[in-house]
Amino acid sequence: MLMRTTPFHPRLSELNQTGLYGHWAGYLSALRYDLSAKHEYFAVRNSAGFFDTSPLYKYRITGPDAEAFLAGVMTRDVRRCRPGQAMYTVWCDDGGYVLEDGVVFRHAEDDWLLTAADPNMGFLHDLVGRLRVSIEDVSADYGMLAVQGPRSREILATLAPEVNDLAFFGLIEAKIGNAPVTISRTGYTGDLGFEVRVEADDALGVLDKIIQAGDGQGLRPFGEDALMMLRIEAGLSLINVEFTSARYAFTDAERFTPKELGFGWMLGKDGAALGEDRPFIGRRAIERELRDGTSRWATVGLWVDWEAHRDLHLERGLVVPKDETPVAWESMLYGGPDRDQRAGYATSLMYSPVLQRHIAIARVLPEHAAKGSTVHLEITVDHEYLSVPATTDRLPLFNPARKTSATARELAPISVRMEQ
Amino acid sequence: MASSGGNTYDAIVVGGGHNGLTNAAYLAKGGLNVLVLERRPFVGGAAITEELHPGFSFTTFSYALSLLRPEIIHELNLVEHGFLPLLMPTHFAPMDDGDYLLLTEDEQFNDQEIARHSKRDVDGYHRWEHDLEKVIQLAMPLFNNAPPDIFSDDPADQADVAWMMKQLRGADKKTLHDLIRFLTGSCADLMDDYFESDIVKSAIASSGIIGNKVGPMSQGSGLVLLYHLMGEQDGQHGAWGFHKGGNGGFTQVLQRAAESFGATVRLEAPVDHVITKDGRATGVVLTDGTEFSAPIVVSALDPRRTFTELVSPRELPSDLNEAIARYRFQGTSAKVNFALDDLPVYPALKGRIDHFGGFVNIGPSLEYLERAYDDAKYGWYSRLPYIDGALQSVVDPDMAPPGKHVMSCFIQYAPYELKGSDWDTEREPFGDTVQAVLESHFPGFGDLVLHREVVTPLDIERVAGLTEGNIFHGEFLAPQMYFMRPAPGYARYNTPIEGYYQCGSGTHPGGCVTGGPAKLAAMRILGDRAAKR
Repeated sequence: MLMRTTPFHPRLSELNQTGLYGHWAGYLSALRYDLSAKHEYFAVRNSAGFFDTSPLYKYRITGPDAEAFLAGVMTRDVRRCRPGQAMYTVWCDDGGYVLEDGVVFRHAEDDWLLTAADPNMGFLHDLVGRLRVSIEDVSADYGMLAVQGPRSREILATLAPEVNDLAFFGLIEAKIGNAPVTISRTGYTGDLGFEVRVEADDALGVLDKIIQAGDGQGLRPFGEDALMMLRIEAGLSLINVEFTSARYAFTDAERFTPKELGFGWMLGKDGAALGEDRPFIGRRAIERELRDGTSRWATVGLWVDWEAHRDLHLERGLVVPKDETPVAWESMLYGGPDRDQRAGYATSLMYSPVLQRHIAIARVLPEHAAKGSTVHLEITVDHEYLSVPATTDRLPLFNPARKTSATARELAPISVRMEQ
Repeated sequence: MASSGGNTYDAIVVGGGHNGLTNAAYLAKGGLNVLVLERRPFVGGAAITEELHPGFSFTTFSYALSLLRPEIIHELNLVEHGFLPLLMPTHFAPMDDGDYLLLTEDEQFNDQEIARHSKRDVDGYHRWEHDLEKVIQLAMPLFNNAPPDIFSDDPADQADVAWMMKQLRGADKKTLHDLIRFLTGSCADLMDDYFESDIVKSAIASSGIIGNKVGPMSQGSGLVLLYHLMGEQDGQHGAWGFHKGGNGGFTQVLQRAAESFGATVRLEAPVDHVITKDGRATGVVLTDGTEFSAPIVVSALDPRRTFTELVSPRELPSDLNEAIARYRFQGTSAKVNFALDDLPVYPALKGRIDHFGGFVNIGPSLEYLERAYDDAKYGWYSRLPYIDGALQSVVDPDMAPPGKHVMSCFIQYAPYELKGSDWDTEREPFGDTVQAVLESHFPGFGDLVLHREVVTPLDIERVAGLTEGNIFHGEFLAPQMYFMRPAPGYARYNTPIEGYYQCGSGTHPGGCVTGGPAKLAAMRILGDRAAKR
């Protein structure tokens, strides 16, 4: 009984010096390729990296009613996603609680692709009713490769010059070599980046071309360990870390609304972005929540007070830990004069090398949500629960201009350049 | 008083290197109207990155970061201005027989790698790292704070002395003993405590000769070793990194930070001397006669320039003049920087790139390093020099065109004074000597060279303005460290001339791009200013 492997696996396994894999949606997924995940992380922040995102579930949704169907399922108004665009969205249950998040890629008026972390075929099928929609699970038909980082555009442009004109969340059909590919300006790193979708049979050829194009450009593969660091800096919530699907929750305390998860921007002020004449699953509950202000939580970024964190360790004769590996459990947040009132919890906590600070994605009670609020983060020092102050901020904490910018890569800051 | 209103500031910093900029940023943050005067057309001093061959960025002098005080990053908001130190994933030490030592970020890999050379040294390496960490923890408060004035009866100074003693009092016997052994002993003795493998010993001990005219067997080299291991990269002690765009990228970030706090940086503005009146500094004069006035003048230059060139020794007490005259510079380091058409090939690792992620340390044994020193001791450059190479473009591809590389090579030994010749004569023969060593480890190296830049101690002095080419503004020797740097009784950033301060690497804690002197000097200046009000 072997785990399945992705279409890129034969080449990626050659590149993997560690032999470390996790299991993701039934596939082997590299945790890291290099002895140092941080090295892979820096490739994405400073040059470029590629990540095999093929294990994602992929559903092709076609037919004259495809738009109406998705508009009735997705929380965001996907009717505004035009052909040649992609859109990140969540979908909810009828209590207005988030089931999952994913990206819709609209190839044509009636031709969509949805990516999801969990299986959704049964859920989607049951909602079709009389609509003229066909849903096909194409998960295994394609390889998907995320090419991310400041040099990703230059590298891909040598193969498909169209990427130079691709806007953030834009989508194009292109060719790499002779292989038809779909390239979108999407990713999960918060950096300039693209995702290339290719038919499974062509996957290795396309991967080889990309690796070749990245030769001398600092391009390297990165695994899940580096991805975790990148996505936390980028403020991107991850299912089963930041939240569990409302579908598998036992109580409402385990469920979260889009607004509570920090997706209020999808809804617009007072629901203005939900779109008119669009009943969708959870709409009434979401509108009620927005109208009555009943959100229980807010999702924010945290900056840990570096001096307090340092002193807490130095005073005890310890080395100050600055570990980029995300803490694998929730860290409690407290408020109030005695720091004993529950204020929330950090879901992802790490030391960010790029920001040079301990940062977190956290869920806080609404009274702590305003940018600049102080909460107290529980950490373990010398086998004792202690706390350090942390300041809340809007996500993402790392948001370089190049992520959405159309301009060329910024030159490195050096002292003096030669006359051109 | 002030000649024209436009040329009057609260403080003038002479020298726009990393300490001058850091000092200016702190002073500006403290509310002062600050002017930085830099002789060259760009800031950075000895921490610069220059495009010397089209598309290739050279870190002409200083080339890596570790000792930068982490609080400076936060207090000056450096991240906001582009601060980005890149991880060095590996540390590679070739050997004479074609073998090598490759240390990585992965401790278990390192254990296996060290075991290839000596099974005993595997846990020796763990013990070494732990003992070193404890010594660093003990010394760190002294490193991070201004030295006390042990010569003063003033109660405030006595309190500082008591503070210093308190830091040491808590130490266990072994750690304090280790500290003293570091401060006074040799690298060779320290290495013998933990290791039997020559390559493991020399890969570590090579940090104990950097910038100083000592060999690994010299007493005192332990201090140099400890100093180089006291830095950190993201909390990992002893780790080094490359700044984005090289160390010149770092000083560009510092300039932006200083300017964002309101400091003015004036380039191509060489200072001739400091104007004094009645024992007080009142401003400076540029070599073109332009005057700037300020009640505070800070020299970021080295002690010899600070006390013998910017001001007249006639205005200074004789004990200071004598101490500065005795202060040892005797630069002994050089750089040879290359633009390469491709990666060099190490035959045992042909086709691989991962061993080039950080320092390439060519000094295969303690004896190799010591013999390299022997040449310098008698007035010549090493026939087989120690090389600390760094192919920065492997980690930071912006440093060279795609597929091409820059290689910074720090060289020892290259004594400032050559017996029977001079550096203008020996520059290229010296470059050939270095290149021959590289050729011996990386066959075909010479065919890859597109451009070569030899930076002798004389060039370091002429271009960067560091006396005798000493990269630290004076050697790291016990008699010129801590409360004796640069001179006993003059180690607290002020000078006998009121309003005239020093913030260069010739003050505590010292060189290596720490920013420490600049920050501590700024604290002193702001404190003095507050006390006057």
